[in-house]
Amino acid sequence: MKKISVQKLHGNPADILMLCMTLAFVVVLLCPLAALFSKAFLTASGEFAGLENYIRYFSTPALSVSIQNTMVVSCGSAVLGTLLGFLYAYGLTRTGIKGKTFFRYVAMIPLFLPTVVHGLSLVYLFGKQGIITGLGWDIGLYGKTGILLSEVIYTFPQSFLMFSIALNYADGRLYEAADSMGCSSLKKFTHITLPSVRYTLINSLFVCFTLAFTDFGAPKVLGGNYNVLATDIYKQVAGQFNMNMGAVVGTLLLIPAVISFGVDRVTSGKDKEGISSKAQTLKIKKGRVRDGFFYLICIAITLCLLSLVGVLFVGAFTKYYPYDMSFTLENFRFNPSTGGIQSYLNSIEMSFLTAVLGTLFTFLYAYFIERGKCRGIFKNTGKILSSLPLALPGMVIGLGFIFFFNQKNNPLHVIYGTVMILVLANMVHFYSVPFVTASSALKKLDKEYENVADSLKIPGWKTFCKVVVPLSLSAVLEIFMYYFMNSMVTVSAVVFLYSARFKVASIAITHMEEAGDIAQAAAMSLLILLINVVARGIYEICRRQRSRERRTCPQKEKAGIHFLKGRVQSTM
Amino acid sequence: MKRKICMALIAVLTAAAFAGCGGTGSQNTEEDASTKESGADEGAAGNEEKADSGEITVYTALEDEQVSQYLEKFNQTYPDITVNVVRESTGIITAKLIAEKDNPQADVVWGTAASSMMVLDDMETLEPYEPEGCDRILSQFKSDKEVPTWVGIDAWETAFVVNTEEIQKLGMKPEDISTYEDLLDPRLKGHIVMSNPNSSGTGFLTVSAILQLKGKDSNEGWTYLDELHENIAQYVHSGSKPAKMAASGECAVGISFGYAGISQRDKGAPVEVIFPEEGSGWDLEANALMKKEEINPAAYTFLDWAISDEAMDLYRVNYPIVTVENTGTYEGHDSNPLDQLIDNDFSWAAENRESILNQWMENYDSKSEAES
Repeated sequence: MKKISVQKLHGNPADILMLCMTLAFVVVLLCPLAALFSKAFLTASGEFAGLENYIRYFSTPALSVSIQNTMVVSCGSAVLGTLLGFLYAYGLTRTGIKGKTFFRYVAMIPLFLPTVVHGLSLVYLFGKQGIITGLGWDIGLYGKTGILLSEVIYTFPQSFLMFSIALNYADGRLYEAADSMGCSSLKKFTHITLPSVRYTLINSLFVCFTLAFTDFGAPKVLGGNYNVLATDIYKQVAGQFNMNMGAVVGTLLLIPAVISFGVDRVTSGKDKEGISSKAQTLKIKKGRVRDGFFYLICIAITLCLLSLVGVLFVGAFTKYYPYDMSFTLENFRFNPSTGGIQSYLNSIEMSFLTAVLGTLFTFLYAYFIERGKCRGIFKNTGKILSSLPLALPGMVIGLGFIFFFNQKNNPLHVIYGTVMILVLANMVHFYSVPFVTASSALKKLDKEYENVADSLKIPGWKTFCKVVVPLSLSAVLEIFMYYFMNSMVTVSAVVFLYSARFKVASIAITHMEEAGDIAQAAAMSLLILLINVVARGIYEICRRQRSRERRTCPQKEKAGIHFLKGRVQSTM
Repeated sequence: MKRKICMALIAVLTAAAFAGCGGTGSQNTEEDASTKESGADEGAAGNEEKADSGEITVYTALEDEQVSQYLEKFNQTYPDITVNVVRESTGIITAKLIAEKDNPQADVVWGTAASSMMVLDDMETLEPYEPEGCDRILSQFKSDKEVPTWVGIDAWETAFVVNTEEIQKLGMKPEDISTYEDLLDPRLKGHIVMSNPNSSGTGFLTVSAILQLKGKDSNEGWTYLDELHENIAQYVHSGSKPAKMAASGECAVGISFGYAGISQRDKGAPVEVIFPEEGSGWDLEANALMKKEEINPAAYTFLDWAISDEAMDLYRVNYPIVTVENTGTYEGHDSNPLDQLIDNDFSWAAENRESILNQWMENYDSKSEAES
């Protein structure tokens, strides 16, 4: 009798917590979306219009072109971003190349900078007056080429991030077994490596696809006449002030999220491999040709990324590029109306809060979905909800938040105009990639842990804190950094939500760029880059310390397993 | 038991999400309290209670630099009024105002396009208010309501921003460009950037001006635009971007507005700003009071100041065309700047806006892809 009640209680907390988190998710994600998307079915004066708006939108002349263009750009970015991300991550995790920390840092550079700055850098390099154009190579930046380049730069680190986590977890025994059977490297690659990251591969393709599908920054700065769906929404909302049509385009942008959910359902069912608790770390063997090849790739990518920052330095410290190249520090004297240094501090505060709360929520939620002992219905709703935010352009989130949180009779109205609404918007906006990171890390952990803990009657939270979190600490830290960096540089959602009393640095950059103060924008970007590098530095120190602990005390290497073993022994 | 807890949780959270538990925002009451303390009434003209202390929120599309200069002056006169400013481009700030219309956060809209004001006015989000000295404002520069809902402060107008170095590379001189027709010169093919009327107000006022100048009822406007399209390198999504692109040499000629070009020139860019001889399309920047349950008394004070002579003198530095009689001058532009403005038929433009935009999209947006 007692046993049953214990078991019942054991299942309960997970369900209840899961329910709370799901409801919180619904309030923060679905309610604002509903508030905005309901407008897709209304006329401007608020009467019910049925599908009229859709019919009107589909009869607009340039639409088919926009859809076609969007597909070309998104598919291109998905393939290229994923390919580069995979190669780079493979180089850093599975080969013997040197300077991995350096390469890691460099790969993150695009995340350190607002997307509008990628555009600026590309203009400095490839624009009509660009450095490379000046050398005689005109790539015809404005249009498809520019968008593709910018999107690849934007999606590459995201894909790299996912792969470096996935490739990090490898079972050395499989490779040893393959070696003893005399398998070729190619066979090992196609039969062990690729299947083990299949889930990440598909996810990366979809993440890159969707990011490029919904991104508006690159098309705005570099798109030229190349129309995509994301610029359509801008035209409707900010050009013609037609919220209803904006909502219509917004709903169309959700299509990839729905598809990606379907694909995820199909693939995740087959994805049974995890890393067993008996896994051994993979020993990287010598391979000169292989290392040389990956040196080449990593150095090439690194050079490209470094040149992006390099031109920012040139831009920030010259008087009037390209006509007056004399040195100046004047560009760091920011106009006070942009918020000056206070906006910079505000940005840090907002990003830190987003990172703390976001990591907490994402990891816990991913844990319950992947490994929690809660009902299937929660897990499935959780999965659907989690794939949604990725497909939302910032503008949709921003407007939805206004429509929902700025209602007089909404008790949550109190957070409107405070830092909290910015934090929530950022959490929603950047949720999907950390979620994928968390869930692929969690999938790799052996299911045995929970089973053992269960049979020992160790409460779930204890297993979670002492086994799951330590084992996936690198993923947790990555997620934290991801939220922090993205919140530092984001514009699209925040632009609708920041208040007069709380301005942020990324918005200041946009204002400078809009006012034509490109050099000042470059200067502010360097400051943002600086704080991100500092944050990254702290992160790196944490990571090192952890691995040093591991090295000095090998018994502690799997502290969590130890913890379980200890319990096993004591019960015996 | 479990089910009960679940139900309770659902109830609480959904209540938080949907149910109205009434009451006005706490922020408002705070502001009211702070402004009522002063209550100094200086409004002789209206029955509005005005205050010279308090805290107001102002949304504006004026440039960052201008905002700080203007507010410094305002605070010299009214040191006790704290003005919190949200500044965004015209498109974004208007979208934000519309999205917030059921529960406006702004007290005052300042220096935002009159075309946006008309949209907001149609949605009945503006409170009619006649600021002190409103009779000085020329009648074509304020709303035609009996008590105006918005009042213009300055006008911005179509201008060609020409990069002197790039134009020479094409074998032309800046002086070669003085009319709309001059833009059709084959040497300029692929060197002109213009804003897309579907995403930018400046783009629309230029297209609308061209159509009006060539005759509203004839097809010549569209013929001209077809020919111009041959020379256009790209249509961009912001009104000032063509000026900036001309300034940084990304294009030889940007079709933009006067201030955008002049401010680039003053920063040292090698550009010349040219106003087309046939006349410029234009729009106003205007002020308005937001309709709210409790109108902040300091808002009236701000709106009065915002069209005062002191303020007009400030605007005139950046925009020669202010909405009172004595306009400023552009260097190298001898005649009265008011003459530069075409006789803009706003009601025609508003009525035909959608069909113009659709036609434009069909002609140029859908074709553009083939070239890239």
